[in-house]
Amino acid sequence: MGADATTTAPAGQRRGPAGEGPLRAGIRLPGAGAALNKGLVLTYLSLIVLLPLAAITAKAFEGGLDGFWRAVSSPQAVAALELTVVASLIVVAINAVMGTLIAWVLVRDDFPGKGVVNSFIALPFALPTIVASLTLLTVYGKDSPLGINVAFTRAAVVIALLFVTLPFVVRAVQPLLLSLDRDMESAAESLGAGRWRIFRRIVLPNLAPGIFTGIALAFARALGEFGSLVLVSGNVPFKTEVASVFIRGQIESDNLVGASAVSVVLLAVSLALLAVVTLIQRWGVRHVG
Amino acid sequence: MSPSITRKIRRGLPAALLAVLLAVGAAAAGCGGSSEGGQSGKVQLVAYSTPQQAYEQHLEPAFENTEAGGDVSFTNSFGASGDQSRAVEAGQGAGYVNFALETDVTRLVDAGKVSPEWRDNKYKGIVTNSVVSLVVRPGNPEGVKNFQDLIDKDVEVVTPNPFTSGGARWNIMAIYGAAIEAGKSPQQALADVKAVLKKTPAQPESARVALQAFVGGAGDVLLSYENEAIAAQLAGEDVDYVVPDSTILIEQPAAVTEGAPQAATDFLDFLWSDEGQRIWSEQGYRPVNQALLDTDKYPVPDKLFTIEDLGGWDKVATDFFDEENGSIAKINEELGVESE
Repeated sequence: MGADATTTAPAGQRRGPAGEGPLRAGIRLPGAGAALNKGLVLTYLSLIVLLPLAAITAKAFEGGLDGFWRAVSSPQAVAALELTVVASLIVVAINAVMGTLIAWVLVRDDFPGKGVVNSFIALPFALPTIVASLTLLTVYGKDSPLGINVAFTRAAVVIALLFVTLPFVVRAVQPLLLSLDRDMESAAESLGAGRWRIFRRIVLPNLAPGIFTGIALAFARALGEFGSLVLVSGNVPFKTEVASVFIRGQIESDNLVGASAVSVVLLAVSLALLAVVTLIQRWGVRHVG
Repeated sequence: MSPSITRKIRRGLPAALLAVLLAVGAAAAGCGGSSEGGQSGKVQLVAYSTPQQAYEQHLEPAFENTEAGGDVSFTNSFGASGDQSRAVEAGQGAGYVNFALETDVTRLVDAGKVSPEWRDNKYKGIVTNSVVSLVVRPGNPEGVKNFQDLIDKDVEVVTPNPFTSGGARWNIMAIYGAAIEAGKSPQQALADVKAVLKKTPAQPESARVALQAFVGGAGDVLLSYENEAIAAQLAGEDVDYVVPDSTILIEQPAAVTEGAPQAATDFLDFLWSDEGQRIWSEQGYRPVNQALLDTDKYPVPDKLFTIEDLGGWDKVATDFFDEENGSIAKINEELGVESE
């Protein structure tokens, strides 16, 4: 995964003059030397991330390319993957807009109870996902107090994913908005730029890295989400069965190779989106910024 | 960086890596420490989730009051049947195991964790029975009495997804077997299964989640084990249940693992004793000792068939639930195509 996609450093800092001054690469961590830090980080990453991912990939191809292809191209697997990817794309699109808007309101606007609302944002992370699912069923199920009954439909999948991925874009954009230099906006205004133009040419490019980071994280989370969906989605194959539930079925059938194969597809889709996001950011830095 | 510091780091780096690896290794060893069979007087119980209350609040305390159970202590682990079985296969410590279906024990026999002779006893390795029942809204407003009604009446049916919940396979086999018992051909019986699955707004991931979904308003009928329906009532849920006059006998197996302490065997013997069977009966399970079956609480269906009548789990698992070629996978596919 490219460092570009995950960094949230405001674009302005990264475009700073290169090769000037003794601190151009930043300070080193105190105490330990660079080699030691690198070694620690690599070992840690290997143990926590790389080894497990490598093991899954190895497992997925245990039955050769043939076995892999057969596992991921079965009609039920394809239907589950399609639903998962499409729902996740819808969810990140909504998140990109609404998350940015929420971050904006929380940073730029003042209203009573703002602090409380701000701390609410992170709550979906703390709630056990099965509880989230139960709650969503109560609010959007048959006995919905709002009269909205979408339980066991694809809409329920989208709503559950929106719930659990809400914090990503908001929290990635907030710090960028806070550190955004308002003088730039004032300057643009005094030069006669309209609000929309200021937003599009000044604010948005500065927030873009955060929005993209949030999108990438939310998308990855949505692809693999299980707990919040099991109760509200219905899990009916070909209709409301998402990839993670399909994978659960593979495991229950003792088909670990199939389960790993479909998981590898999810990883690949996630990586592909990261790559796209990275490319868009690079293009943006060159053309907009 | 001066050369001497670099040298220090070079020497320090492998040491630091080693330290991290040792720490991780020690942590792993700590987790794995419980994977021994356990010392005598300690029973590591691994079971599926439904009987948790029965074990912790009734069966274990009663056993501890017997002569054999005086010095015995328990460590309990409950979860989805298949998950629990796979965990033991992968090395989780277990002295006594109890699952929702036989294939979860077979897995441990194949892994060398349970003796191939585990069925060589009076009750053939089965510790409790139950039947697949129809859980309905209070008063049974739809008047559902048997599996045929699920097809004939305009009702929505909730049953756990038979691929994510091994225990839900009993439900499918109950529908299928009832049709066979009624004189239908295997093709017609599969058509019945398909007709019921077509009426499922939801196929929750596990029996527990299915019950939550049903209580939360989903569907008109929930396919569930009788013992789970009774457990739900004991827990205060406002549901009724109907035992169809033609349904499948659920047999829940239990076994002692290889190398388990005597206490585990003693415990299993206790569960088969009159006292043990009586407690099971109070908790909603049908005793395997037929002499103790209270037929008022547990009406015996006219036609009560077993999985053996349908070919046994080994055959059923392949013919019906193979995720590529099984009949149920095919039915799902057909339903998927029809809904497009």
